Amino acid sequence: MTTVAQPRIDHVDTAQDQIVVFDHVSIGFDGKPVLDDISFRVHRGENRIIIGPAGVGKSVLLKLTNGLLKPDAGTISLFGHNLGEMKQRDLFTLRGDVGTVFQEGALFDSLTVRDNVGFRLAEEHVPDDEIDRRVTEALRFVELEHTLYQFPSELSGGMRRRVAIARAIVTNPKLLLYDSPTGGLDPITSTTIVELIIKQRDASHTTSLLVTHRLQDAFMLATHRYSHDCKCIEPLPEGETDPNTTFLVLNDGHIVFDGNTHDLVHSDDPFIRQYLQ
Amino acid sequence: MPLATLDTAAKRWVLSVQDYALLTGRALVNLFRRPFYWSDIVLQADSIGIGSLPIVILTGFFTGGVLALNSASTLAQFGATAVTGQLVSLAMIKELGPVLTSLMVSGRNASGMASELGSMMVTEQIDAMRALGTDPLKKLVMPRIVSTVVMLFFLTIVSDAVGILGGAFVSSVMLGQNSSQYFHTAYQSLVYSDVLEGLMKPIAFGFIISTIGCYFGMSTRGGTQGVGRSTTQAVVVASIIIIATDFFITQIFITVFGR
Repeated sequence: MTTVAQPRIDHVDTAQDQIVVFDHVSIGFDGKPVLDDISFRVHRGENRIIIGPAGVGKSVLLKLTNGLLKPDAGTISLFGHNLGEMKQRDLFTLRGDVGTVFQEGALFDSLTVRDNVGFRLAEEHVPDDEIDRRVTEALRFVELEHTLYQFPSELSGGMRRRVAIARAIVTNPKLLLYDSPTGGLDPITSTTIVELIIKQRDASHTTSLLVTHRLQDAFMLATHRYSHDCKCIEPLPEGETDPNTTFLVLNDGHIVFDGNTHDLVHSDDPFIRQYLQ
Repeated sequence: MPLATLDTAAKRWVLSVQDYALLTGRALVNLFRRPFYWSDIVLQADSIGIGSLPIVILTGFFTGGVLALNSASTLAQFGATAVTGQLVSLAMIKELGPVLTSLMVSGRNASGMASELGSMMVTEQIDAMRALGTDPLKKLVMPRIVSTVVMLFFLTIVSDAVGILGGAFVSSVMLGQNSSQYFHTAYQSLVYSDVLEGLMKPIAFGFIISTIGCYFGMSTRGGTQGVGRSTTQAVVVASIIIIATDFFITQIFITVFGR
């Protein structure tokens, strides 16, 4: 298995190139440790997939990344800013550069799809015409422009997840966080969601962190690409993987693997072998 | 109860008080920070103020009426039915108007706030709002506090007025008293400190209702059951604190103004 299909974004390990940096981060709840001494980096243009058994702290890791949770120990840097040293007010500003797709979508149920997707834009006092244009554009990307004035309760689970993706990308964020975007969906809808994520990745090259417990989704992300010619998702040539897609495997509060697809599938670690099987 | 359980319960209680103080403090600081969500304040004021008007009018009218009924029958034993208006107006303006209005608004709106914010908490909508760069304390909590305090102030005035009218209706129509005398004694007996006391209380109670409702909503855990628990707790705690605060405010006014 080689990694030459997509142009690899070369990472010069400078502060500007590091989007997310976890440095010896630990967190626990009610005295029970959840993540212990976690250190890793996500570089510009990198798509990091976080996998591991349920309840291992994958979603917690995402919430730490955008400062929704504070670690008990260690430091987290986002776009070069140490989150621990930032005021709440500045954190809210910083989150404007981060798009987050929550596990169940977390759409505002009392707002229409248009107001959900345009929420951030409205908060920034963008004119209504401009909001309409950008919301329609984002909804067109997820093929849901006809749902503009519907409420989330009128949409199916898969459609809600697609609206959540539209809400996350409408401001063209520098970092995208996906928290189990296919969780609880049927296989066909899951595939649609993964295809959208691949399309977004290859169209805008946004850095992303994606949590999933579905290995098939993770490997589809690593082995497929968006073709601008056929405007569809196509598999990479046999044996090739996306060079910017890397993996982080968590188990028992620790990182047990940090590397690319090739190294993951050839790992000798007994846990990884068992997990992949 | 084992000591460890008591210890845990005490710590949890102290933590709750700390969280409540933090939420209240941050919400108050947000009053002076941009952005200021005027449209949300107007929306909440409509829901809390106009929405509560029917129950406040009904409660006020019948409270004034029942006060007149009870006091007239007792005062008749001393030949003092002429002061029915005084009794009704003092009771309504100093105590029953503010307290009953607050309890009604608490039952309707503290529960509404706790359930609305609680549902948003358990479905990660609050986290989503924070992730989208918006402070929920500014967008959700601050407008509820401002609108509850302002609207409860006016609702109490409405309740006082309707209560006195209710008393007048009972006194004149059912008990055959002179309505002019009723209104005259009702007005003459009032002094500046009574009105001040009656107007200070709803400000404090409005603050209690909104902060307690928002606190229980924002600290909801445990799915739909948790939302139900928060809703109940918000109403119970807000009601108890309102009645306890009423006692202390009354005591302060008696100490300062002598009545």
